Amino acid sequence: MFIDVVTRLVRRVRPAGGPHKAALACRVALRRDLREGGRLVLAMAIAVLGAIAAFAQTNQSPLPSQFEFVGSWAPLGTEDVQNDSVPVDYLGLALTDEGRTRALSYDESQKSMIERQCQGWGASYMVLGPFGLRITSQSDQQKRLVSYTIDAWEDWMEMTIWMDDRTRPSEHALHTQAGFTTGRWEGGALGARTTHLKAGFIRKTGVPLSDQATIDWRFFRHGDLLTVLMVARDPVYLAEPEIISKSFRLSKVPLDFRDPCVPGYEGREPGDDVPHFSPDENPFLDEFMKLYNLPREAVLGYRDTLYPEYRKKIKNTYVPPPPCTSDCGVAGNFVRRRAG
Amino acid sequence: MRRSLAAIAGVALVLFAVGGASAQRQGSASSSSARDVAPIDLTGYWVSYVTENWRYRMVTPAKGEYRRIPASPAALPIINAWDPVADQRAGNQCKSYGAAAIMSVPGRLHITWQDADTLRIDTDAGTQTRLLRFTAGAPGNKSASAPRPTWQGESNARWERVAAAGSTAQDPAYVSGGSLRVVTSNLRAGYLRKNGVPYSERTTLSEHFDIAPLPDGGTLLLVTMIVEDPVYLNVPYVVSPHFKKEPDGSKWDPTPCSSTW
Repeated sequence: MFIDVVTRLVRRVRPAGGPHKAALACRVALRRDLREGGRLVLAMAIAVLGAIAAFAQTNQSPLPSQFEFVGSWAPLGTEDVQNDSVPVDYLGLALTDEGRTRALSYDESQKSMIERQCQGWGASYMVLGPFGLRITSQSDQQKRLVSYTIDAWEDWMEMTIWMDDRTRPSEHALHTQAGFTTGRWEGGALGARTTHLKAGFIRKTGVPLSDQATIDWRFFRHGDLLTVLMVARDPVYLAEPEIISKSFRLSKVPLDFRDPCVPGYEGREPGDDVPHFSPDENPFLDEFMKLYNLPREAVLGYRDTLYPEYRKKIKNTYVPPPPCTSDCGVAGNFVRRRAG
Repeated sequence: MRRSLAAIAGVALVLFAVGGASAQRQGSASSSSARDVAPIDLTGYWVSYVTENWRYRMVTPAKGEYRRIPASPAALPIINAWDPVADQRAGNQCKSYGAAAIMSVPGRLHITWQDADTLRIDTDAGTQTRLLRFTAGAPGNKSASAPRPTWQGESNARWERVAAAGSTAQDPAYVSGGSLRVVTSNLRAGYLRKNGVPYSERTTLSEHFDIAPLPDGGTLLLVTMIVEDPVYLNVPYVVSPHFKKEPDGSKWDPTPCSSTW
């Protein structure tokens, strides 16, 4: 139809008499048709705006954005998921009695044992650790996506997310730090589930995670932000799921955290006893509590402390610590100051 | 002349029709409201599940501590001068309940549709109300009236859809889920944390509301918040508090703002 209109406009500027008359007629016709052409442009502009408005009326972006998972993602460091790594800090966890007892028996000197220095941390360290993510994809010969790989760090094993609907191995199959993970696109996000985890830790402060644990992941992308949601369940050590989310920003510079771990002598000989405490005699039991005037049940990871009702419960008993005035850590933080 | 005008009208009609048809493909009808085309259901009661930043949310941190917040040098005198009693006396007890902080305050949310194009969030902590308006303009546009800044500011919302990388509409991976994006501005200056870490009136808050299923059959609401403040932040402050869905409002417990607790 548009071509038809233009054709008609062109036809109407043909000469109707002699050269002079023809030129005059042509100018008049051209002026008139330019006016009409102007109207046409105006009408088209209105129509285009109308079409845009029709899109906008749906209150959503006209086309879905593409979720590209592959790339380097830098950590932001604005969420406090590991706190200060002060011993006996189980804030924000819902532990079973068994989990709490096991955590209280942990001595950080275990990581000085030469055979444990490069043991690394489990899958949950993806959101609990300080590093960014470097993600690649692998395809088959038909260019169908087979897997995503999240590259290793110095103290974290590479994780593969299988995207090809493969069967999960037997429960008796090898359990590793990274576990076995399958993924699928769900509701605009990448969902994944990790099983077959080797018994390890969910906090650097020695909070355990058993080999029966399952971790559900969800990766959301919004612009250049990737938010990773972790829901860890453990029938042995967790009374409620541990839920952590952490955001990363797309990095234009490729990131690589794969420095090899090199064990060295840190004061413990091979074959020495495994350092540990009797749970009720842990010498660091009160350290974190005193540092920040925190309630004991919160520091020891009792379930009720994760809900708003608990905040009301301690309203009249909690006293904030005094400001840190000397030997403070970063941003007025107390981590370097030890309670006397 | 008449024929030309008819042609013009024809072109306009065709373009309107194209726009309308596209709109119908996006939603169920060209006149669909935000409520009608919602790709996720955010309504209901939600409770904070405080597994992150516990020490900054469940209790009031020590004066002067602003760890994990990229505070600018301009913020430091304010952080160190924090006086909750003076705030209370001046009627500023809601400073830590503004939009840039409220989702991190432990409590419950009640999310409802105020009308077909306005999502309403009520909080029992501090009894605040946020109105997320789905407007035709781009998120973050200030309304023409530009009223006085408020604790909750003005929020423009839109649904966003995401498809798997490299997928097309014919692929199984081309999924139908989505997310809510909200941009809030015109905020009254407030605190990012209870202990007086400030944000200014020039702050812009961008949020993404996502939901995820929980293994026990429940639902989790994840709110990724990006706070940008050219005055008191060096770089954007990003946190992502999460909430569990509750079956009803039986635990709803409105409590007023407090500058000390």
